[in-house]
Amino acid sequence: MAVKRKIKNNNGSAANRKRLLRLHVNGETKEVAAEDNKTLLEILREDLKLTGTKHGCEVGECGTCTVLIDGEPALSCLVLGVEYEGAEIVTVEGLKRGGAPHPLQKAFSDLGAAQCGYCTPGILVTAKALLDKKPHPDREEIKQALAGNICRCTGYTKIIEAVELAADGEAKR
Amino acid sequence: MLRLPDFDYVRPKSLKDAAAALADFGPDAMAVAGGTDVYPKMKRGQFTPRHVISLRSLPELKGIRAEKEGLRIGAGETLTHIARNSIVAERFPALAQAAGLVSTPQLRNVGTIGGNVFVDTRCNYYDQSFFWREAAGFCLKKDGDICLVAPKSRRCLAVFSSDTAPVLCSLNAVAVLAGPKGSRRIALERLYRNDGIDFLAKKNHELLQAIIVPGRAAESRNIYLKLRRRGSFDFPVLGVAAALQFKKDACTAAKIVLTAVDSAPVAVDASLLEGAVITRERIEAVGDAAARVSHPVDNADMDYWYRKRMTKVYVMRALAQLAGLELKHP
Amino acid sequence: MSRRNFSVIGKPLPKIDAMGKCTGETPYANDLEFPRMCYGKLFRCPHPHARIREIHVERALALEGVYAVITGADLPQKFGILPATEDEEALAVEKARFAGDPVAAVAAVSEAVAEQALKLIEVDYEILKPILSIEEALAATDESERIHSWNRRANVQKAVSFEFGDVAGGFAEADEVFEDTFFYQGNTHLPLEQHCAIAVYGPGDKLTVWSSTQTPHYVHRALAKVLGMPMGRIRVIAPPVGGGFGGKSDPFSHELCAAKLAMVTGRPVKFTLSREEVFYVHRGRHPVKMWIKTAVKKDGTLKAMHFRSFLDGGGYSSYGLASVYYTGALQTVTYHLPAYKFEGARVFTNKPPCGPKRGHGTPQPRFAIEIQLDKIAEKLGIDPLDLRLKQLVEPNTVTVNGLRVSTTGLRECIEKVAAAADWKKKFRKLPDGRGVGFAASAYISGAGLPIYWNKMPHSGVQIRLDRGGGVTVFCGSTDIGQGSDSILAYAVAEEFGLSPNDIRVFTADTDLTPVDLGSYSSRVTVMTGNAAIQACGKLKTILLQAAGEALEIPGDDLEFAEGKVRSRSYPKKALSFAECVEAAEAKNGTLGATGSYRPPRHPGNYKGAGVGPTPAYSFSTSIVELQCDRDTGEIKIEKIWIAHDCGTAFNPLLVEGQTEGSVYMALGEALMEEQVFRKNGLHKFPSMLDYKSPTTLETPEIETILVETNDPEGPYGAKEAGQGPLLPVVPAVANAVYDAIGVRIDEVPITPDKILRALEGRYKRITVPTFDFPAPIKWQPGEGIEVQQKA
Repeated sequence: MAVKRKIKNNNGSAANRKRLLRLHVNGETKEVAAEDNKTLLEILREDLKLTGTKHGCEVGECGTCTVLIDGEPALSCLVLGVEYEGAEIVTVEGLKRGGAPHPLQKAFSDLGAAQCGYCTPGILVTAKALLDKKPHPDREEIKQALAGNICRCTGYTKIIEAVELAADGEAKR
Repeated sequence: MLRLPDFDYVRPKSLKDAAAALADFGPDAMAVAGGTDVYPKMKRGQFTPRHVISLRSLPELKGIRAEKEGLRIGAGETLTHIARNSIVAERFPALAQAAGLVSTPQLRNVGTIGGNVFVDTRCNYYDQSFFWREAAGFCLKKDGDICLVAPKSRRCLAVFSSDTAPVLCSLNAVAVLAGPKGSRRIALERLYRNDGIDFLAKKNHELLQAIIVPGRAAESRNIYLKLRRRGSFDFPVLGVAAALQFKKDACTAAKIVLTAVDSAPVAVDASLLEGAVITRERIEAVGDAAARVSHPVDNADMDYWYRKRMTKVYVMRALAQLAGLELKHP
Repeated sequence: MSRRNFSVIGKPLPKIDAMGKCTGETPYANDLEFPRMCYGKLFRCPHPHARIREIHVERALALEGVYAVITGADLPQKFGILPATEDEEALAVEKARFAGDPVAAVAAVSEAVAEQALKLIEVDYEILKPILSIEEALAATDESERIHSWNRRANVQKAVSFEFGDVAGGFAEADEVFEDTFFYQGNTHLPLEQHCAIAVYGPGDKLTVWSSTQTPHYVHRALAKVLGMPMGRIRVIAPPVGGGFGGKSDPFSHELCAAKLAMVTGRPVKFTLSREEVFYVHRGRHPVKMWIKTAVKKDGTLKAMHFRSFLDGGGYSSYGLASVYYTGALQTVTYHLPAYKFEGARVFTNKPPCGPKRGHGTPQPRFAIEIQLDKIAEKLGIDPLDLRLKQLVEPNTVTVNGLRVSTTGLRECIEKVAAAADWKKKFRKLPDGRGVGFAASAYISGAGLPIYWNKMPHSGVQIRLDRGGGVTVFCGSTDIGQGSDSILAYAVAEEFGLSPNDIRVFTADTDLTPVDLGSYSSRVTVMTGNAAIQACGKLKTILLQAAGEALEIPGDDLEFAEGKVRSRSYPKKALSFAECVEAAEAKNGTLGATGSYRPPRHPGNYKGAGVGPTPAYSFSTSIVELQCDRDTGEIKIEKIWIAHDCGTAFNPLLVEGQTEGSVYMALGEALMEEQVFRKNGLHKFPSMLDYKSPTTLETPEIETILVETNDPEGPYGAKEAGQGPLLPVVPAVANAVYDAIGVRIDEVPITPDKILRALEGRYKRITVPTFDFPAPIKWQPGEGIEVQQKA
């Protein structure tokens, strides 16, 4: 065993260059000092403590880290924070309006569309982007819109039903 | 979490500045538009640029416009924009199809057509983490000196994996390349070399500014068929782009370009189709010709024997669809 | 057991934690942070088989930002999930046994620095010849070729052999004997959440570990053993887990190293595995080669079966001992089998260890049996459903290998799925290229025995009643998304006449919650449900007495309903639940109670009889309809019907969800998922792009039919739902391919290239090795222990 008690460099980065970024996240402007090589995913989770956005591969192969950038779903693991100053970023934490759950959140909760819940934030924001553009999508359109989000728990069945339920705007149960 | 290595981020104000920066920094620099191909590769240590030149907000790379030479598509347009663009869909449905079949909706929202046309060649000995590649003993394409797919091969066999490039080649698209001293034009198909490492016949500091798809392609019928395991995420393990021109019932010009069967897009001899009415027999003969020039190797998903076999089937299906023929059994 | 009118059970209620997961508020392990926290990374061996000569960590330690580096010498105590086969080390001491086996661990100020430090660790390896297949393992019999030194026969971890009933007689009576071979490729769980553990040491020499684990109790035991600390000083907490499927059921290196590094650095240490590392951690589905010989009469009656399995275990034992038994245990539970011989062997290979994945050891033999039955039906000219219906295992029987079957809804499952899918109109009648296939299966609702021998409960529940009416439930069970926290709330709410929202649930914390063995073997609903009902029962006695006195009503006229304790005959005479609790607390003092559950005894009393028994078997049937393209071999699944005997649908939404998820996972295994390795011993493609998990576009419509049999052993009659429904889908796909295009693919995944080869008559039959199995343990049903069936 080899242990070292004192170390000098304490900021965790090989390079110390941080830039002050002004990001618009969930309707608020946040200032954060971050290195240029930090992805939006890392900034959201680690600097802004918005840990609702999850990650499953960090190389764009699962869709888990999806957030909305100017209304379009994007992989937060594959974009640099420094490139998205000025963009409107929405994460799962930004779906609620005035404390009330978004109809998608209510439908996912009511129908059991979130099992382990780990893919859920990415799927919710992707579904929101769909419904914002197309309030009444058919099943095929929902499948196409969610084709970039892997879920290992649900077989997608309840997820698709929940998007339909939210689109109907009548969380029945 | 897998993280990006440290790099120097450069945001040039113009395309000219970007090209100049690339020229100045030399091989240590890399231009990045959407980043959907570059950043995963940087995280895995396949790309190791010291300087990242951002193209994301350059206005010169934007716009999809009908011009007199044809349809001009800015290289920085996202794949989503291309898949959804009404002029593209009307004139070149194959291009809209191909753009819409790249990876996932999320990735297409950020990934650009320029990035897809120049997407790095792929190989499942190369598209691996540093740990894996070191354990396997590195390959020709990165850090090593032999090809792990075929140790006797003198060239890298990584697979050309763009969906949009074969379509653009089949449509005789022209690439507009910008350098520090101005721009030049070249037929897109001439930009590709059959070498998994050096697959682009352009200077390092030349940037793709736009693609011009010539107007007459509007009279053509075109199609793109893609073979892969899943309906999203996956790169092509075979792609067939076909563009035919017709005068009445006869085909006057035919161009077929394959992707993911070698290290560059592969043109198929389709002359048999030209100047005649397309028949099942002719389609079959062209399908055979396609299979002959299709050289998949064991470095991508699905059995390479199978991918070669599918070349004929997919080419025949593409042609039959364009010719309005029904194939029972190809 | 007569059905009660339930107020909560059977209702499609949201999970109690659902909204938290939809708002992003649910904290998973990697969302936790602590002051002064540092980051750990594992240094992994790049070779599949190597002896470790020397390790140099000096350069790594010298790197600015590195706090500590540990190696195998720091944690030499072996461990393993099963006490009989503890052959793992937190960090390889003498040998690394697969490419990716951890050899050293670092703790540093950031993940980036920890990553850099790994590159500075130098290990001098003696490269050993890797063993990469079942055949190679069986051929490597020389002592010098051993992967482990503890097992009896070189590279055979375990070989078992059983003979039940008169097998020779059964074969002698046969009109036809069918002999087939099958191969089930390995695959992995691929939970979306990458494994993560955080350890905090102190204050007061106490260790706390948060881990994304399905089995905090077993992690607790392993930590105590490897660290040499009393269990009482260690606390393990499983935060909500982002998917497990069996892949987070073992104690792992990163958990042990996080703990050790927290102790040596005096800082909280977090390990989050990369996706690539999750592929190396594995513990997934074993690749299994199978040989099956079955004796039948002309009318299809099964007379005897002889089944052999060879499991490719990977580099360590993990759950492998149980896995090999499971490949033989449940063959007898679906159809009446008078004589049965089973031989199985698990070998070591230099690949990541295999273990339990949804269905643990049973999807492989089920694949073999159900395809062979399809072949038998075809040859004998009998509809495959009729072939099965005539010889189903009846309720309240003991099978030839000593398994007690209580209720079975298999008949109803077959009939209902056939009706829903319109089987009779489709089977062998659809146009060329389109086909339907059927299969059936059974699974356990929790293992009958714990994985370490003891006489304690498998599940404990503690309930605290607060003045003011608060109800808090404590249980060691671990919610991995299946809804086990909600199950506790539903049961307690049902018992007390409350709403699930009135109940607070604390789970998976070894300091606060009584032991539950973990989320594996489909045990949680049955066991925690029973324990919760028992705890409630004790409290209800006290509450009813107090309420009876306060209301001056005899206890037997009181009921818990609508948030009240009230008179059945005069419902207006009532106390609110809170008033009742206050009255009871005044009378009895502080209110709390515990309940526990231990499965019933089982009839089998031979060595090896411990794998297979369960409180109750679930049954599933599936019909798959698909389209297969003769020119490309591509398969499009059109629809899947699944019927599942879940005893009672505790919450139909959750049961459907488990069923649909099982179907999904089965489809991945049937069509595209495979964990495969290159000749150099490296995982072929440890990434989510290349490991093919189906997307929305490959997943068909799934029609779920729930069948209820009200099992006397289950809480409110419930059985399992999380794993069983996976089993029939995989062989049903294979049988549907045959119906569509007339070729048999006797292996998974069923890929387009295999179909094309088969269409051309070039598909190669699966070869199965020869092996000298030990002499069988013989047993007849009459020799067992008498076990009363519950009414």
